[in-house]
Amino acid sequence: MTNRWSRVLKTPVGIAGVGLLTLVLLLAVFAPILWGDKANAVDTDNLLAGPSADHWLGTDNLGRDLFYRVLVATRLSVSLALLATALGTVVGVLLGTAPLLLGRRAGRLVTALVNLLVAFPGLLLVLFFAVVFGVGAKGAVLAIGLAGAPAFARLCQTLVAGVAELEYVAAARIAGVGRFRILLRHVLPNVAEPLVVNVTISAGGVLLSFAGLSFLGLGVQPPSYDWGRLMQDGLAGIYTHPLAALAPGIMVIVAGLAFNLTGEAVAGAFGMSAVTRFGQALQVDTGETPASDLRHDADADRDLVLDVRDLRVSFPGAAGPVHPVRGVSFGVAAGEAVGVVGESGSGKSLTALSIARLVEEPGLVDARHLTFCGTDLLAESDTDQLLGTSLAVVFQDPMTSFNPAMRIGAQLAEVGRHHQGLDRKEASDRAVDRLRAVRVREPERRARQYPFEFSGGMRQRAMIGMGLMGSPRLIIADEPTTALDVTVQSQVLALLQDVRREEGAALLLISHDVSVVSDVCDRVLVMYAGRIVEDLPTADLHTRAQHPYTRALVAAVPDMATALDAPLATIPGHPVDPAQMPVGCAYAARCPLATAVCREQDPALVADTSGRRVACWHAGEPIEMVTAEEATA
Amino acid sequence: MAALTPAVVPTRAAWLRNRWVRFAVRRTGRLLVSLWVLVTASFLMIHFVPGDPVRAALGLTAPADLVAAKREALGLNDPLLTQYVHYLGNLLHGDLGESIQSQLPVAETIGQRLPATASLAFLAFGVAIAIAVPVGVAVAVATRRGRRRRTELAFAGTSVVLGAIPDFLLGVALVAVFAVNLGWFPVAGRDGASSYVLPVLALAIGPAAVLARIVRVEMLTVLETDYIRTARAKRLPALRIHLRHALPNAVTATLTLGGMLLASMVAGTVLVENVFAWPGLGSTIVQSIVSKDYPLVQGTVLVYGVIVLIVNNLVDVALAVLDPRSTIGDL
Repeated sequence: MTNRWSRVLKTPVGIAGVGLLTLVLLLAVFAPILWGDKANAVDTDNLLAGPSADHWLGTDNLGRDLFYRVLVATRLSVSLALLATALGTVVGVLLGTAPLLLGRRAGRLVTALVNLLVAFPGLLLVLFFAVVFGVGAKGAVLAIGLAGAPAFARLCQTLVAGVAELEYVAAARIAGVGRFRILLRHVLPNVAEPLVVNVTISAGGVLLSFAGLSFLGLGVQPPSYDWGRLMQDGLAGIYTHPLAALAPGIMVIVAGLAFNLTGEAVAGAFGMSAVTRFGQALQVDTGETPASDLRHDADADRDLVLDVRDLRVSFPGAAGPVHPVRGVSFGVAAGEAVGVVGESGSGKSLTALSIARLVEEPGLVDARHLTFCGTDLLAESDTDQLLGTSLAVVFQDPMTSFNPAMRIGAQLAEVGRHHQGLDRKEASDRAVDRLRAVRVREPERRARQYPFEFSGGMRQRAMIGMGLMGSPRLIIADEPTTALDVTVQSQVLALLQDVRREEGAALLLISHDVSVVSDVCDRVLVMYAGRIVEDLPTADLHTRAQHPYTRALVAAVPDMATALDAPLATIPGHPVDPAQMPVGCAYAARCPLATAVCREQDPALVADTSGRRVACWHAGEPIEMVTAEEATA
Repeated sequence: MAALTPAVVPTRAAWLRNRWVRFAVRRTGRLLVSLWVLVTASFLMIHFVPGDPVRAALGLTAPADLVAAKREALGLNDPLLTQYVHYLGNLLHGDLGESIQSQLPVAETIGQRLPATASLAFLAFGVAIAIAVPVGVAVAVATRRGRRRRTELAFAGTSVVLGAIPDFLLGVALVAVFAVNLGWFPVAGRDGASSYVLPVLALAIGPAAVLARIVRVEMLTVLETDYIRTARAKRLPALRIHLRHALPNAVTATLTLGGMLLASMVAGTVLVENVFAWPGLGSTIVQSIVSKDYPLVQGTVLVYGVIVLIVNNLVDVALAVLDPRSTIGDL
């Protein structure tokens, strides 16, 4: 808590807010004591005078000094605002916690009432209550307080609803703790902080409302005066002395801002904690990583759709750039299906995104060589046409990857409109045709629907169909089945296979699932900590994998022969944090074969005569199988 | 409101199965309930006033027989339920009663003054949107992912300050600068197009600043979504990505808030009208509250409330058209 408060004072907003608030509160306490008499002193020689050395802001119609009146009015303005805020908060909390206290049925009625009232602008409610309670300071406090209550009630409901679902509250309820006690002991303490912050912010708003009401002549009545009242008096003489109306107005804004900024700064300090923690996690310099897997001469003589050499992706971290992808080189031949496997954080998705040129600032993509269909993607400035028609990307989550506010057909059709020069009709016909090609039933009707009317599997089909609007040479599928049901998964994979065969497109399939990749792909790239550690034909994956990491991944997949009572095999340890890349082989810490050389030198990715590549000092050495139990023991 | 929801039964009529029909039925139901609460509240308002409202309106010195006659004329001696039924019946005929002070029909006074208020509020809303949306989108795109920190800071600072200034204070400042000092626009009154400039600005600038911030934040969120990545993967022109793919999705929150702002602008006219001596409903309601002219207050509050309800419902409909998902909650 102290930490948070000191953080509030470290931001410029916090300093400004707390500073102003202190000033306003000091004025509220001391101004009437110090200058109360001067503010009421009548100077009949100077009626309605302009600013002068004696009267900095001029005088009012009784010759009273406006500067002192503005300062002295601080107490009444602020205290009335705080009173109204307090009233609004108390009534609001009562209304907001009513669902909890009164039970479901009565609570719903209160909630409905609050929802209805919240829809009305505050000022209208204020006027309504002002009629009931009459003109004057007391009426205004009641009116503004009650008018503010629905908003507080709504806030309170939201906060309480979040807490009331928590398990310990449910536990207390089951244990027979009374509703009122649950509210006091379990719920309110947990919503107190955000509530206080919001009350502080809205105190500024209440202050403004109060000034407004007094300005209308419905609030503070003479001989008392607050800022709003002073403004109203000043408005009459705005032709001659604009300052008389503006000065109290400026004070209203200053005081309102003081509450607002303080509240915002406190809120910010609460919310920002997550961000700072994230920043700290990224600390620790990575430095330059050792020379990497540049050799893949075996690819040179093939007809490559995609040729990637020494691909690197970096992001700025708290202490220097972080490199989640560190020198990845591979090629994809025409019509070939290549799988990329690895744990999350291995850089496989980022590799795919950087090939599709979808990594955005502040991420930086660099490569010695990056060509797609013979075009150098890094050198060529306008690759939109090529990438838009020849590269299809299928993203992981079909639920979020379609624009929810556009019809499916239109989302497909715009590819044709922008890259193939089709007119509206032709483009939508093609969209329907492509939906049919990916086995969407009733494609005409479906094309007119919105994404939320599609099931997950259907959307992934449509996503593949979108890639088929052009004539793709390469389909990049980034975990295309991860978000889908198992039964739908195999359908989508089968569709990808069919499409590949029909279109003659190559496939780059990114997956954490070894079995998915081995079903679909000809070749597998195994990634670990931003590098390719092994590159081998799928057929060899289960029997002839050389890298201990590949072998561990394969062993972690249960099959029909796995005894049901045996513990699931896991890979001990954790993936490497890209911000804390070790010297030597990144896998050494988890590797059963690791020796001194592994911890000192990063092995290069070396190709053998058959074109298989592996980056390991102990490639192919036998491993004693270790179960998870033994590993943790 | 649950009672108004069509029961979920398999044999539901065919037309009820249509999403839009059900949406319309539900929204209309909600509107009717809100209207009923509003009418009842405005009816009860006069009875909430402590003491005798007629005595309060006519003053302590008014002769007792006059007060009694007025009470009789207003029907205040009848049983509450009778009065209520009367009130509802008169409302249906557009009869809002008669002003205690001027003896004029309330409906007539409101009819004369409503256009001035409505034109002010809607113009201001239009101006606020016309400023907020382009500015918010442009700043979002320009300052995305930590680019152009200075632009972002300047925008944040300006919009916070402008958004924090209440409309009537802004009005006073605008009058002081542009009417009194520079003499470009009239100080007060409603006379020709130039008289609209300052009141409209006073009403629009604050909401425009708030709205622009919302548009920016919403756009920033939307620009990070998967479907924008999909749109970029399709290599669409930047303008299409921002305006066709991102903006409609940012509009939901913008419009929700925009609706609240429009509603509060309608109410905000009360203060701004008093700054500019604008001959609208705002001046009427304040005068009638001060002079305790309760029938006039009742009528004006009712009209303001109805406008707000209509605005809220229009926003709901607009939302449903722009973002079909928002109707799902009604399924």
